[in-house]
Amino acid sequence: MTVESIVDSEAAGPLLAVDELFVEFRTRDGVAKVLNGVSYRVEAGETLAVLGESGSGKSVTAQTIMGILDTPPGVITGGEVRYHGENLLAASAKRRREVRGSGIAMIFQDALSALNPVFTVGFQIEEQLRVRRGMSRRDARKRAVELLDQVRIPNARDRVRQYPHEFSGGMRQRAMIAMSLALDPELLIADEPTTALDVTVQAQIMDLLREIQLDRHMGLILITHDLGVVAEVADRIAVMYAGRIVEQSDAVSLYRQPGHPYTQALLDSLPRLDLKGARLNTIKGLPPSLIDIPAGCPFHPRCPRVRDVCRTDVPPAHRPAAGRLSACHFAEELISGE
Amino acid sequence: MSDPILEVRDLVKHFPVRMGVVFKRTVGHVRAVDGVSFDLARAETLGVVGESGCGKSTLAQVLMRLEPATAGAVRFEGQEVLDLKGAALRKLRRDIQIVLQDPYTSLNPRMTVGDIVGEPFEIHAEVAPKGDRRKRVQDLLDVVGLNPEHINRYPHQFSGGQRQRIGIARALALRPKVIICDEPVSALDVSIQAQVMNLLGELQQEFGLSYVFIAHDLSVVRHLSDRVAVMYLGKIVEIGTEAELYEHPTHPYTQALLSAVPVPDPDLRGQRQIIRLEGDVPSPVDPPSGCRFRTRCWKAQEVCATEEPELITRVGGHPSACHFAEERSVVP
Repeated sequence: MTVESIVDSEAAGPLLAVDELFVEFRTRDGVAKVLNGVSYRVEAGETLAVLGESGSGKSVTAQTIMGILDTPPGVITGGEVRYHGENLLAASAKRRREVRGSGIAMIFQDALSALNPVFTVGFQIEEQLRVRRGMSRRDARKRAVELLDQVRIPNARDRVRQYPHEFSGGMRQRAMIAMSLALDPELLIADEPTTALDVTVQAQIMDLLREIQLDRHMGLILITHDLGVVAEVADRIAVMYAGRIVEQSDAVSLYRQPGHPYTQALLDSLPRLDLKGARLNTIKGLPPSLIDIPAGCPFHPRCPRVRDVCRTDVPPAHRPAAGRLSACHFAEELISGE
Repeated sequence: MSDPILEVRDLVKHFPVRMGVVFKRTVGHVRAVDGVSFDLARAETLGVVGESGCGKSTLAQVLMRLEPATAGAVRFEGQEVLDLKGAALRKLRRDIQIVLQDPYTSLNPRMTVGDIVGEPFEIHAEVAPKGDRRKRVQDLLDVVGLNPEHINRYPHQFSGGQRQRIGIARALALRPKVIICDEPVSALDVSIQAQVMNLLGELQQEFGLSYVFIAHDLSVVRHLSDRVAVMYLGKIVEIGTEAELYEHPTHPYTQALLSAVPVPDPDLRGQRQIIRLEGDVPSPVDPPSGCRFRTRCWKAQEVCATEEPELITRVGGHPSACHFAEERSVVP
């Protein structure tokens, strides 16, 4: 940890707080309400898993935090992203650039398209060190080799001179992790980091992330749709549906006793490795169009527990148990077991 | 297994690797499928699992006769498949159909759903007379759980799960006996994946279909399969019933693969024994001598480099291609 970041962490507030974030996409077909009041926070050393299906808004939230949301079509219509208490959405472009990389860094699902194919892996790591840290070519190269070594790329000294296409899928993901760590960020956002990888490689990458996080006492936001991966690494989980967080909880309680019917349904629809089931429980219907989100609770057309109030009233955030949040009118019933 | 519908024997598919600009010379071969044998019984599902590059999709292509085989034999209902031509090949294509992974690229965006699902009838006019086709297509849409009134819509008007249903309807059009499913649910979200898996199960019961179900997700494969084959670098390393393979795996690769699957239960965190494989899968252009898994195997000894282990039953009641096969329970 650098001196600068120690001073920073003494400032008030959590490492990162997303507060009532609203984002719209203005498209030809209408206004898509992509984020509808998303709030979560991450502390140093903590892993928050953001779980959701395609279109739930999990990646858009991350892009807004990083300041890499495409505007247009995206428009941030409300909310704050506070990094050590400072609202990044109100910060200057210069300040945002300072935070990006050295404060908050991000890795992506598809490492092949996230890396530039015409530069060597080493150059892409060194580039930020030279521009942002003012390092000499030689020092930057030395540091790049160290970083590749840290993410356990064999023969880092030779590999640093290779191009992304010469790396295997798992190796590329490691290289991207090395790149994201170059400026010693305090928070890492990993957007589906293992989705494109095979299961044996996935295990290696998750191990590596866990180790690095522990080592650096870094905050980690893990965006994924994989309930298995989440169960292995998350401290806390935020479940997203139609641009809202429908449930937030510590990992263990969420799996034991889901506090939202959507979470319950997701868990029930998983095929299992340890037994051959007859029929899977499914969630009827489809996720809603974000241009036309149903009134009341957005999940009500697919919910097995739907009652009249769900069709008219957006459920407020319930606190069915200590440290848990649920956007269901009947969260208390769910958690108490009926 | 008295009467297998599909018999595959020592199937080999090599792709040449060419170099040079004008005078291309072959500098090697990608051994995508390198001696694969199995039987598929009627109304049975054989799951094929393996990581990217293990040859499972090439296997599907060769079984469909979309790629010519390099060597080996495939028999469908006792009839040799690989040297069929013309009318006989067309007849075979009625009986074996395929469902592809990506419902976005496997449907022509310029064709209506009616045209997509009805296209097989153009080639196999004997299956459905012209006046009858529209009705047949609507029936098919109904069978896969789509609204028959949507027959004039285009693929982009459907969600991913619905598109996969369209692909399944197209595969069912000619009333095939075998359907090869190449990663049919991998591109779908969890809740939609479950719907499509249930549909595949129902269709099998209703029409007595046999499936070759190719996927990388071990939980999905277990859910749908009666028997499962594990592939590594173009070869089957272990094959058995779903229970044998998942409860009593004997090949180290199967054990590593199963142990690495994340289990959705945080209570098991830190308690599960994950077998961590080092490194990456070697290139199929130049696979290791002897046992192909030996470079990543913790049990490897000298014999593994010199002698290729046969796929035979040593322990556990099912075939496994390991000199040192032994049972080890890895699924919690």
